[in-house]
Amino acid sequence: MEYNTLLQELKDKFGDSILSADDTADFFTLVVASDIIKQLISFLKEEQNFIFLTDLCGIHYPEQEKELGVIYHLHNLVENKRIRLKIFVTKANPQVDSIVSIFSGANWMERETFDFYGIDFVGHPNLKRILNVDFMDYHPMRKEYPLEDATRSDKDDRFFGR
Amino acid sequence: MSEKDKKYTVVEAPEGYSAPGFFATTLDKAVGLARKNSLWPLPFATSCCGIEFMATMAAHYDLGRFGAERLSFSPRQADLLMVMGTIAKKMAPVVQQVYEQMAEPRWVIAVGACASSGGVFDTYSVLQGIDKVVPVDVYVPGCPPRPEQIIDGFMKIQELVGNEPLRRRYSPEYKQMLESYGIKIDK
Repeated sequence: MEYNTLLQELKDKFGDSILSADDTADFFTLVVASDIIKQLISFLKEEQNFIFLTDLCGIHYPEQEKELGVIYHLHNLVENKRIRLKIFVTKANPQVDSIVSIFSGANWMERETFDFYGIDFVGHPNLKRILNVDFMDYHPMRKEYPLEDATRSDKDDRFFGR
Repeated sequence: MSEKDKKYTVVEAPEGYSAPGFFATTLDKAVGLARKNSLWPLPFATSCCGIEFMATMAAHYDLGRFGAERLSFSPRQADLLMVMGTIAKKMAPVVQQVYEQMAEPRWVIAVGACASSGGVFDTYSVLQGIDKVVPVDVYVPGCPPRPEQIIDGFMKIQELVGNEPLRRRYSPEYKQMLESYGIKIDK
C-alpha cells in the first residue's frame, strides 16, 4: 500500500472532507472535516488494515479559528504503516463523534482528552473526568490559564520578585 | 554491672525529685517520656522523600534508635503521620481520611518541599502543602531531605510529644483548630 494510492482512494470516497494531506514529515498526516472522522476510522480499520489505535489526544491552538483539535494515530500492523489524522472544532461547539464503538481502547483516551481539553465525545458511554479531581470546573491543558495554580494563597508574589 | 560500665544509653529522667527508693515527677512528664520514645509512625510515602525515609529506617541511620522502629501501616495504631512526597489534589481527601482514622494523640510531620508547600509543582493538580488539609506539627525542608534531616524533624516531634500537656487535646482551641480544617471530631 502506497500513500498516494491510499490518498486517492480516500479522496474518491470522502471528497472535499479531506482538507489536506502531508507525507513530508515522519509519517502520513491527514487533516479532515470533523464530521467524517468516525466513518473514516471505521473505513481505515475494516478495509485498510489500520487495526491498532496507537494514540488519541487533544491539542489547543488559540490562534486558529477552530481552536481545539483531536489527533488520532493509527497503525496498520499488517504492512507496518502508520497514519495520523487531525480534526479541528471550535471552542463553542467542541462536539466530536466517539470512536469507542470501533476501538474499545479509545474509551479512557477520550475521557482524558475530555478531562484536559473539554472536547465532547458524542456517543461515549461514560464521559467523565479520569485524572483530575471530579469537582474541577475547567479544562487545564487549554492555553487559557496561568501556568501556576490559581487557587494558591500561600505564595505571595512580593516574595517571588513579581 | 555498675553505672560506669553501661554500653548503652537510656533516656534521661525528666525533672523531678529523687531519693533512695523513689522518684517523683508530674504525670505529664512521665506520660510524655513514654510516648516520645515509642512513637509508631505511619509512613505516607508518595515519592523520592519516601526513598530517603527507607534509608532513614534502614541499618545505617536506624530510626529504631529513637523508639520508632515499629512502623504502623494502619492509621488506627499510629501516633505520627509522616507525609513524604507530592500530594496531588485528588489525593488530598485520602490524606485527610487517614488523619481522621488516627487515634488521639496524633502528630503530623511534612517531609520535603512538596509535602510542605507543593515544592516545584506549582500547578493545577498538586496540593500546595498538606497543611491545606491536615494540621502539621513539623516541616522538614529539602528536596529530598537527607536522612539526617528527617531524623532532626523526628527529634523535633519527640520534643513536642515530650512536652505536651495532657489536657491539650481536650481544649476548645484544639477542637476549633481541627474544625478549621474540616476534620471530624470524636464526640
